[in-house]
Amino acid sequence: MNVAEKPVITAESLIGQRIQKKDAPEKAAGKTRYIQDMIVPGMLHAKILRSSRVHAKIKSIDTSAAKALPGVHVVLTAADVPDQQPIGVARDHLPLKGERVRSLRDEIAAVAADSEEIAEAALRLIRVEYEDLPIIATPEDAIKPGAPLIHPAPLDAEGRPQALPPKTPIAFAGKADNIAMRFDYTHGDITQAEAESDVVVEDTFQLHYVTHCCMGVSGVIAEFDASGNLLMYSNTQVPFLHKREFAEYLSIDPSRVRIIQPPIGGGFGSKLDIYPFEVISIFLARAAKRPVKMVFTREEEFLASPTRQPVLLTLRSGCRKDGTLTFRQVHTLHDNGAYTSWGATTPFVMMQTFSSLYRVPACDYHTTVVYTNNPYAGSFRGYGNLQATFAIEQHMDMLAEKIGMDPLDFRMKNAQDAGEVTGQGMSFKSCGFKECLTTAADRSDYRKKHADNLANRDAPGPVKRGVGIASMLHVGGGAKIYPSDGCGTILKLDDFANVTLITGASEIGQGSETVLSQLVCEELGLPISAVTVVNNDTAITPWDVGVHASRTTFIAGNSAIGAARKAKAKIVAAAAKKHGCDEAALDLRGGFVVVAETGEPVVELARLMRNLHFSDKAELVMTTFYYEPPSVHQDKAFKGDVSAAYAWAAQVVEVEVDTDTGIVKMTKVTGTHDVGRVLNRLGLEGQIEGGVVMGQGYALTENLIVENGITRNPNFRDYKLVTAPEIPEMDITFVESMDGEGPQGAKGVGEAPSICIAAAAANAIYNATGVRIFGLPFTPEAVYRALRGAAPKPLWQAWKPE
Amino acid sequence: MSLKHDIEFTLNGVTQRLAVDVTMNALDMLRDVVGLTGTKYGCGEGECGACTIRVDGETRNSCLMFAVDFDGRDIVTIEGLAADPKADALRESFVEHGAVQCGFCTPGMVMQASHILDTHPDADAEAIKRGLEGNLCRCTGYKKIVDAVESACCGGR
Repeated sequence: MNVAEKPVITAESLIGQRIQKKDAPEKAAGKTRYIQDMIVPGMLHAKILRSSRVHAKIKSIDTSAAKALPGVHVVLTAADVPDQQPIGVARDHLPLKGERVRSLRDEIAAVAADSEEIAEAALRLIRVEYEDLPIIATPEDAIKPGAPLIHPAPLDAEGRPQALPPKTPIAFAGKADNIAMRFDYTHGDITQAEAESDVVVEDTFQLHYVTHCCMGVSGVIAEFDASGNLLMYSNTQVPFLHKREFAEYLSIDPSRVRIIQPPIGGGFGSKLDIYPFEVISIFLARAAKRPVKMVFTREEEFLASPTRQPVLLTLRSGCRKDGTLTFRQVHTLHDNGAYTSWGATTPFVMMQTFSSLYRVPACDYHTTVVYTNNPYAGSFRGYGNLQATFAIEQHMDMLAEKIGMDPLDFRMKNAQDAGEVTGQGMSFKSCGFKECLTTAADRSDYRKKHADNLANRDAPGPVKRGVGIASMLHVGGGAKIYPSDGCGTILKLDDFANVTLITGASEIGQGSETVLSQLVCEELGLPISAVTVVNNDTAITPWDVGVHASRTTFIAGNSAIGAARKAKAKIVAAAAKKHGCDEAALDLRGGFVVVAETGEPVVELARLMRNLHFSDKAELVMTTFYYEPPSVHQDKAFKGDVSAAYAWAAQVVEVEVDTDTGIVKMTKVTGTHDVGRVLNRLGLEGQIEGGVVMGQGYALTENLIVENGITRNPNFRDYKLVTAPEIPEMDITFVESMDGEGPQGAKGVGEAPSICIAAAAANAIYNATGVRIFGLPFTPEAVYRALRGAAPKPLWQAWKPE
Repeated sequence: MSLKHDIEFTLNGVTQRLAVDVTMNALDMLRDVVGLTGTKYGCGEGECGACTIRVDGETRNSCLMFAVDFDGRDIVTIEGLAADPKADALRESFVEHGAVQCGFCTPGMVMQASHILDTHPDADAEAIKRGLEGNLCRCTGYKKIVDAVESACCGGR
């Protein structure tokens, strides 16, 4: 008789492997249906009429001709929605503007019609009379004494400010100045620290407007069902926050709001807030009693999407001759635009970089966010950290040069280590910062190239080579901004041992569905193909705060592991009972319950599941888990450990500067990231490479030109994204610091790769040419001028409100 | 009043006869009239390549063509690549190399890449980058897309 040997099942870990993105096959075949592709029976098409003036009073709006156009179902203005509530972080923004427009993107009227063409034709029939008001085009103008107010208080019949109840939103009560928000942070004795400094430098840095440019333009479908429940097909990154907020705006129970997220054509932070077009689509659907679909044109996407916030930043830094940092003093002026979105809160992140990227005994930080008549700023990958890092990492090189120290040695001397608690109260439990610095420097041969380039600056020929280094610190274990920073998971196994993973975490292309599957399979000993992920419907998925702050792998990952471990415990207990063995001796591998020590199979998992299900005392394996990270809310002085873990990176950028033309070519980026642990190597590389090139665009090519409130280049012809031939060679490596709280030791990484590039590029251009450029972007014109001393250095006298 | 025009063309191997508005662009016709949504709107100005299709074998931005321009032409969209084994290998290469993130640019990328594969089967990375210059991607940083196409080119050798 032929007896087969009992197989031994070894534990082959999925962690660190190159795992293909689960939805890549359907995306590569063009089968994925994005919101732009969706059709809901009976749906109407909507368009918004936006202001043609930058700052004006609206004298009258005449929609009669638009309403009379055949095929037009609804035309709405502010007068038609007297119940509209202000939206946004500061409640200063009414979706439809009735009395005043404050920026060129402002929404005045909206049409729902049988087709987009009819809706567009109707917009052209709407007549608006304006009375122009003075324009505040720069943040400096906004804080001048006597500057016109962007949100003046409404006046009563006698011209006095109306008496309104306390806590009336800014949209109704106005604001007595143009200051939207301010942040003041300090640790240590700044005066004494400056007195102890051997070297002090002070410079102003100027950061420009850029925008997300998601390849899929913004869109939404809103409909009310027969019971009056609201169903939104939405691209939001924060479905559960939206659910609550829409309910609030509509004065309905949140249980009557359901949000479904079709696959999303790019996020990068652009979909973190509630926007007027979403609320307006709901108003149109309510009025038309039909589903309403609204999709932007690319031009509209440029004009009416959030931006990264432009910043004027004056930084004063000091150190001792021995290379010890002594202090940083920072004043910034943020251009908020006309309304307040998340862009106004980026100072939270900026101050962490100033206070804690390096050990600095004293830090004094002041940000003023001011209203202007410009497009309003939102959240964008990096959340203020690109701006902060641009300034800090240039000053690190400048201080090093002043004391005659190598820039790498200077950084190493001041870099944080694991175990440190910073002046701001951030606690670095895992920290691979120094290893990132040395690895990136060694792999790129930074020291030698830096010295060689310096020596060759005056060599003949127009093309100069440069190398620059920059580092970054960013939240890597969530960010406790909201009351909860958690994520829920529901996990179930069917009678074939396939897993349905129901997670609150949203997928925006970053690969969360794959990494979460991987973490679950690692626990349950199953192949990735055994997992179906459900992640896009608030009626099904458990709560999650949203996809932002590089948090999903860490937070949703821990949540998924928690649910999987509960399932495993249940399975192992059932197997032990049925087969008369010790629970502790069992493991799950390769679709089997096995004896952990030998790998000898006890029972096929699918068979065990069926036995459990179809027995007298039938049961199913279904578990839930909610993970809330052990981070804390900052106190009123902005102190506290806001993230459960922190990510680190160092990037070395190499450039060739053509001094005849000003063209800067980014030839190579060597990046080393402390990611805690590599989970999906393929997905991780993709995040880093994409982030590096996005950083390259920020540094070299992208520039949303806003002049006097008017966006001059709302198209891809004049707003230059990096294209394939321009990308640098990329050498990306990882430091595995094995974070104790991280899922399998991992930390977040989504935002990190973009953060250093502009700063490192500035240092590289200096290394090549001896010219330091303090403003972005490094376009050929800007660099050409700077090389000839024809570019005025930005100067903003440090200022904060009394 | 809109003016209609009768056209006849081959779409993914099937003859289509349609009366189309003379002002309609080809992308809208594919998506809204024929109902094939794999071809994407990214900019409407021929800058992003998300709407790339094959017209008589050459790649074109469908957003820059009128629907009536299809008359008498042989059109292939991303959906039409399904039957092509070489394109199948290309799509697999995109998946294997991690060239897909949000995926919105991917159909246009695959269309352009399949053209590179057909016309320059020996293309190296630099030539592939040049070939993909008109296709924007915001997620991947292009490297993995170039890797995917390069591997498919070599695989076909």
